[in-house]
Amino acid sequence: MTRIENVVCSFCGCLCDDIIIEVEDNCITAAKKACANGRSRFLNVHTQAAQPTVDGKEVDWPQAIDAAARILTDAAFPLIYGLSSTASEAQRKVIALADLLGATIDSTSSVCHGPTTIGIQSQGEPTCTLGEIKHRADLVIFWGCNPTEAHPRHYARYSVLARGKLTPQGRKDRTVVLVDVRPTASSKKADIFLQVRPGCDFDVLNALRALLKGRDLDVDEVGGVSVAQLQDLVGRMKDCRFGVIFFGMGVTQTGGKHLNVTELLALVAELNAHTRFTTMPMRGHGNVAGADSTLTWQTGYPFAVNFARGYPQYNPGEFTAVDMLARGEADAALAIASDPVAHFPRQAAQRLSQIPTIVLDPEMSLTAQVARVVLPTAIYGISAAGTAYRMDNVPLPLKRVVDSPQPTDEQVLDWMIERVKTCSA
Amino acid sequence: MLGIINGEVYDPQNGIDGQVRDIWIEDGKVISSEGVGRAGAEIIDATGLVVMPGGVDIHSHIVGAKVNSGRKFCPEDHRDHVRTRTTLTRSGSGYTVPTTYLTGYLYAEMGYTTVMEAATAPLVARHTHEELEDTPILDKGVFITMGNNHFIMNCIRDGQREKARDYVAWLLEASKGYAIKIVNPGGVENWKWGRNVSEVDDEVIGFGVTPRQIITTLAWINDELGLPHVPHIHGLNLGGIGNARTTVETIEALEGRRAHFCHLQFLSYGGKPGKRLRSGAAETARAVNEHPNVTVDVGQVIFGQATTMTSDGPLQYRLHQLTGNKWLNDDVEGETGGGVVPMLYKRKNLFNAVQWLIGMELFLLIDDPWRVFLTTDHPNAGPFFCYPQVIKLLMDREYRAEVLEGIHPRARKGALLPELDREYSLYEIAVITRAGTARALGLQDKGHLGVGADADVTIYAKLDDKEEMFAHPTYVLKGGEVVVRDGQIVRECPGRTLYVTPPYDPGIEADLRAHFEECYTISFDNYPVAAEYLPHCEVVPCA
Repeated sequence: MTRIENVVCSFCGCLCDDIIIEVEDNCITAAKKACANGRSRFLNVHTQAAQPTVDGKEVDWPQAIDAAARILTDAAFPLIYGLSSTASEAQRKVIALADLLGATIDSTSSVCHGPTTIGIQSQGEPTCTLGEIKHRADLVIFWGCNPTEAHPRHYARYSVLARGKLTPQGRKDRTVVLVDVRPTASSKKADIFLQVRPGCDFDVLNALRALLKGRDLDVDEVGGVSVAQLQDLVGRMKDCRFGVIFFGMGVTQTGGKHLNVTELLALVAELNAHTRFTTMPMRGHGNVAGADSTLTWQTGYPFAVNFARGYPQYNPGEFTAVDMLARGEADAALAIASDPVAHFPRQAAQRLSQIPTIVLDPEMSLTAQVARVVLPTAIYGISAAGTAYRMDNVPLPLKRVVDSPQPTDEQVLDWMIERVKTCSA
Repeated sequence: MLGIINGEVYDPQNGIDGQVRDIWIEDGKVISSEGVGRAGAEIIDATGLVVMPGGVDIHSHIVGAKVNSGRKFCPEDHRDHVRTRTTLTRSGSGYTVPTTYLTGYLYAEMGYTTVMEAATAPLVARHTHEELEDTPILDKGVFITMGNNHFIMNCIRDGQREKARDYVAWLLEASKGYAIKIVNPGGVENWKWGRNVSEVDDEVIGFGVTPRQIITTLAWINDELGLPHVPHIHGLNLGGIGNARTTVETIEALEGRRAHFCHLQFLSYGGKPGKRLRSGAAETARAVNEHPNVTVDVGQVIFGQATTMTSDGPLQYRLHQLTGNKWLNDDVEGETGGGVVPMLYKRKNLFNAVQWLIGMELFLLIDDPWRVFLTTDHPNAGPFFCYPQVIKLLMDREYRAEVLEGIHPRARKGALLPELDREYSLYEIAVITRAGTARALGLQDKGHLGVGADADVTIYAKLDDKEEMFAHPTYVLKGGEVVVRDGQIVRECPGRTLYVTPPYDPGIEADLRAHFEECYTISFDNYPVAAEYLPHCEVVPCA
């Protein structure tokens, strides 16, 4: 048995890097310290060889790469989508491919924290690394997210139970507030739960800003929350030593979307006139933060990028994957490290089965089942090494803990880029 | 083999001031011209052209977490500033915060071949190196922020400076860094309490140490380790009226130890707090002239759009409050902080006009060109590709007077600049843009064209308009290969990352493991940047 320590789990944006993996006969037998999500990721790995397929028939790699390159070069408006479950090394390569093709490239951010990006672009973002929360935060607010189920070790490692320099007693040294439209597993663990009427996050955030500025509200409640409760929260925000709002898709994907985020970011910025206050989006996929970063340093923009004019253009709504598919614009697609058919609205998902679609993924996903070309690759953080960015943009090295007969995304993309160059020449 | 023949060569390191010389190159290095067989050699006829070593930038923010945040939250910066892909090059976008590939191209097209990234928190150095690998052509290094580092401040408090020395050596190797960077020592830590420091003897909350102790300890460590560069210092009260006094006190606090003070323009402000900004350039320039242990770069303001980004968290918050512009803050656990705020420098804004004037005065009042270097603290005071504009201002006093006429009239009142008629020569420009910076960085193979130098060469047409001349070199060679011809990239090659590996007592790792358990949210083993992140690199030796 081999025991590998300090392994990074790349399931979610927490990127816990203290996992102990035990391997026997190239098979993971234990994933110690991992949460239920992480354990299922590590323990359900298969390392049998899988052949690429074209139109459902097994082919060899050169044939598959050739078919994929032809689809992409023949297309007038190809779309590349996904990125968030692969390593940044592969992300950099797939952006190079998009540049070469004049394609559109979009990440899963566009259906989770894309509005967060738009909010940050208008308002800025007072943030910090997770260690600052661990050591300093005495007021921790979760808004529109459910970490107990989505980020199970967040409380223990970073935000609530973690014992830090100024928070030596962990949970006892903090006030935890949860804001959501319904009680959840997370709300049960909070000191204060504010239940907001669905769709009213903006109103509540706006009321908090007004109260912070010392305005009187001539109503008794806003968005289902009493003004007395809001007044109490504002008092706690001003009086804390170091506060934080973590927010999730309850803020970014409900009515108002980026306007909710902008309001939240404005509130946090304004609180810094009273004390130190920060905020952070609860990023879902293991390397979705990396997708934002790599796209930004190569194109200037974190998602919804189009290269049709030979240079990067950014326009959420125009160059976002769901919109391009639902409008029937994309005439070929490459899905990498994501499963859009499983997650997109019906119209967009249907389009993926109507156009030639290529899938680069370790799993036989729903998208792979409708794809013309399927390229099964090794799994980053398990059977391939690379880099992932935590939700606070701290980059961590992903280890290869078992061997895989599959090539990595990076290798496949190298082959594809070479083939596309010869196709175009 | 390649020969650049009959060029008018400016190579200050070797005392060559415009004499006609031939430069011979083989295997990426300058070789001796004695006994060179010309047969079969590629020849660049540089008759009537000016030949200089490739430019070496000592301070620029081009990659890493802060720069990328600047790109991410300013799409308005990129929309009208794009680069179309070619069969040789990648596409890109961005004006004050260009994408990585575009940054490499823009520097090379301006004749610069080496650039130092001015600040990276070691916790996120892996990110910086990923971006550097995507920054083509240039050789580059990274300065590692240490002025608010908990381990170092603990060592200083406990009187364990040898332990701090070993840690710094370990940290430079772990982060694959080139030099020690100090940003507002203690002030960034205090910002985590919503506070700052304003005097060199103020206390850092929770540590009981002072900015003076942090600076002197790191300067001692730098000498002990024999690092090629000196401590690179961004001092206290940056941007604050009256900060020239603190800057002089900081220079004096070094007690003769060597250091580099970056973007001195932002730290040479006279006047009284609460009153209007006046130039303090005479005061800081005098201190620089009197302290041969000190080098500086200017951080010249360029009128137009800029993006301010520093590890100086409290400064960035103040800029946000002053301008009302959007604000990004990023505190980094146990190490440092940072922020980004977009900024527009206006000719007719009194404060901005005085800032511009202070930069000019520093260039003209510091006597020794080997100790004052050209930067715009890119993108804080303006974008790097405006360096040719600054060169024209320095070489052409009529042009300077013209620009001076166009700025806020009250800025000129009582200012020294209208009286300063010094003009830089081509030789001096070669010093402040390559020879002097390479020497200050301890890069023995850069910034000159002597035998054994890296064959990074820039060849300019000799024009009266110095801005035009320096903006569009005729040839740029990197490692002996022509990468730019008539202003166009003709070849893309990867550049190397330069870093240091000073020796340290490996016994320190036990202490560090305990420190990581207590202070960090990542494990000790996942912290160092592995060699795989630097496929193109070179270790620069310590003394």
